[in-house]
Amino acid sequence: MTPVIEVKNVYKSFHSVKAVNGIDMTVYKGQFTALLGPNGAGKTTLVEMIEGIQKPDSGEIRIMGLSWEGNENVLHRAIGLSLQETRFIDRLTVWETLRLFASFFDLGKQRVWEIMEIVNLKEKADAYTVHLSGGQRQRLALGIALINRPKVLLLDEPTTGLDPNARRDIWSILLDLKYHSNTSLVLTTHYMEEAEQLCDTIMIIDKGLVLKAGTMDQLLSEDSSEKIIAFSLEPPHPSRESIKNECPFPVRWDGKNGQGTILLSNLEGQLPQFLDFINSRDLKLKNMECRRKTLDDLFTAMTGRRLDE
Amino acid sequence: MNRHLHIKQFLHLTLAHLKEVMRQPAVLFWGIIFPILLSIGLGMAFTREGATIHNIGFMYGDDNDDGKALKPSAIETLFQKAAATQGHELTILDETAFTLAVKDDRLGDTIFLFETGSWDKSIMRLKQGQINLIMEVTDTGTVYHFDPLNPEARIAWHTLSPLAAGKYATVSRNGTIPETAPDSNPKSTVSPLALPGTRYIDFLIPGLISMTVMMSCMWGISYGMIDKRSKKLLRRMVATPMVKSHFLAALMLVRIFINIIESVLLVFFAWLIFDVAIQGRMEALVTIFLAGNIAFCGIAVFVSSRTANTEVGNGMINAVVMPMTLLSGVFFSYHNFPEWSIPVIEKLPLTLLVDGIRSVFTEGAGLVETAPASILLFLIGVVFFIAGLKIFKWH
Ligand SMILES: Nc1ncnc2c1ncn2[C@@H]1O[C@H](COP(=O)(O)OP(=O)(O)O)[C@@H](O)[C@H]1O
Ligand SMILES: [Mg+2]
Repeated sequence: MTPVIEVKNVYKSFHSVKAVNGIDMTVYKGQFTALLGPNGAGKTTLVEMIEGIQKPDSGEIRIMGLSWEGNENVLHRAIGLSLQETRFIDRLTVWETLRLFASFFDLGKQRVWEIMEIVNLKEKADAYTVHLSGGQRQRLALGIALINRPKVLLLDEPTTGLDPNARRDIWSILLDLKYHSNTSLVLTTHYMEEAEQLCDTIMIIDKGLVLKAGTMDQLLSEDSSEKIIAFSLEPPHPSRESIKNECPFPVRWDGKNGQGTILLSNLEGQLPQFLDFINSRDLKLKNMECRRKTLDDLFTAMTGRRLDE
Repeated sequence: MNRHLHIKQFLHLTLAHLKEVMRQPAVLFWGIIFPILLSIGLGMAFTREGATIHNIGFMYGDDNDDGKALKPSAIETLFQKAAATQGHELTILDETAFTLAVKDDRLGDTIFLFETGSWDKSIMRLKQGQINLIMEVTDTGTVYHFDPLNPEARIAWHTLSPLAAGKYATVSRNGTIPETAPDSNPKSTVSPLALPGTRYIDFLIPGLISMTVMMSCMWGISYGMIDKRSKKLLRRMVATPMVKSHFLAALMLVRIFINIIESVLLVFFAWLIFDVAIQGRMEALVTIFLAGNIAFCGIAVFVSSRTANTEVGNGMINAVVMPMTLLSGVFFSYHNFPEWSIPVIEKLPLTLLVDGIRSVFTEGAGLVETAPASILLFLIGVVFFIAGLKIFKWH
């Protein structure tokens, strides 16, 4: 089976910034892939190269076996996309905006109605785009991306800046698409929940490189036994050094907020030791939770930073 | 792609642009109503009947105090000549001011408003433009202080000096004006022009049409592109099978449509209020008008082909628009500019358009006369459009 998207050894720099620094990526039919990484990781640069908007400095990109060179017309028809933060013509209504984009694909009113149904914007048909809320605007962008029934859908941060409800609205539209169509999706995000909820494959990206890629299970399996304790203390907070030196386990200590995290390989045996340590130093726990490792923890373990930094 | 799709796409793009413009009341006001108001205002101001008023600074040669009380008898003596003329009227307003009304059936009445003041105060008022001329009465005669390059001051001097007593009158600055009073009976040689086609409003209307075409194309088209570029909407649109030239052509079509409405309204009101008429051939007017539109659409596409920054865009548009507004003879003739500059000015696109439209309005020109300018404007438009498209930044 030919992959829907093939990215081979792609590089792209802006002056001295290596935005994409040698990335390989393969997406098969119907597969949902997340590019997960913090701001500046190179996600937008990568998807825009796949979208044909930017040109790689070197490397190869093929969509359904075709390179962009000379195949613009075919590929523009096969792809649906939403850019990070597009805005529309202020005083055009939702209906008119969709009609305009539909006309580019020789589609008519029928399809515009379907799209408004899919992205749930029917009540807003006659509203000017400038008056839409953030969530509605993102749904309009998604509607435009879906208008030509794309085989390949590329969404750049479709839910950034949205409140949890608006985010869930977008997720349910995409999940619906996942179960009822053969569309392949590449989506960029810095929300690990989004990658987890929607995507089969997750590629963790930082500084233009893929740090790790695979399914959720593959990513977390290597140390699946490991659990995380995240705790915070009542002030006065002990100093970073005293916590680090005296605690029986390595602690990542955030002195400003009085919060720490510890990675435990054997929760049952090690948790009591930790509590003994707290007790013996006369520290007061404000909060403590025990959970399995998340993608954010994984990212932090690899880079020392957090995804949403 | 089939033809049907092309037409449909183009139609939707045109509708979108048109709605975008029509739904901005401010755009309609500044683009359509404002030029009409401007032309009415300017037309009224320069074609009004009624008296011309000259404000004159007045002082006695030995006076260094402010507002030294006037001596009515002295003033009457000074303007004896005027008082003797039928209908001329000298009125003392108060301790520091008086007026001299000069009747003239053919050139229109003139009122001189004199205000006394010290030299320093009068000079200050002159610098501020409140007065153009200072009349200083000394024991030996009357001295007129004014800038000989200021036409209004010259007119005031010309009208006033024959009316005032005094052995001679001089101009204090660089003495280029003869020391004798001018012909005291200029009426016999002046015949005022008030025929349609020769008035200021006839000169103005073609200039305003051309200027609004330029402004509307430059600002409208560049707004339409820079705004969408900065919103990443252009980037989004070219990631579809949209034909790029359709986008630009639709933008231009909407602009030309709006310019037509605008110009027709302007001409209609000029006709209604001032009796401005098109003396030449309609087809010549339409051709040069469309060629001018194409020229400025092309220039606009070129100027805003790359930037996504509204301020940079505004600056570049101003750099194009301002010199032409000043030089191309919109409000006043460029023939007063230095000799060497005129061949250059004549080739500016706005000058080509203004002169072309004006020749149809006032000189009765036809297609033959306007063809060279029309062709040149059309070519300017095409060249800039193609160059702009070559360097155009869609994302
Ligand atoms: N057009 C550009 N000019 C200069 N630098 C750029 C440009 N686009 C992206 N970059 C830089 O490349 C890096 C990756 O950016 P981007 O792909 O936007 O990251 P992400 O989408 O993951 O936040 C960043 O350091 C960014 O500053
Ligand atoms: Mg980005």
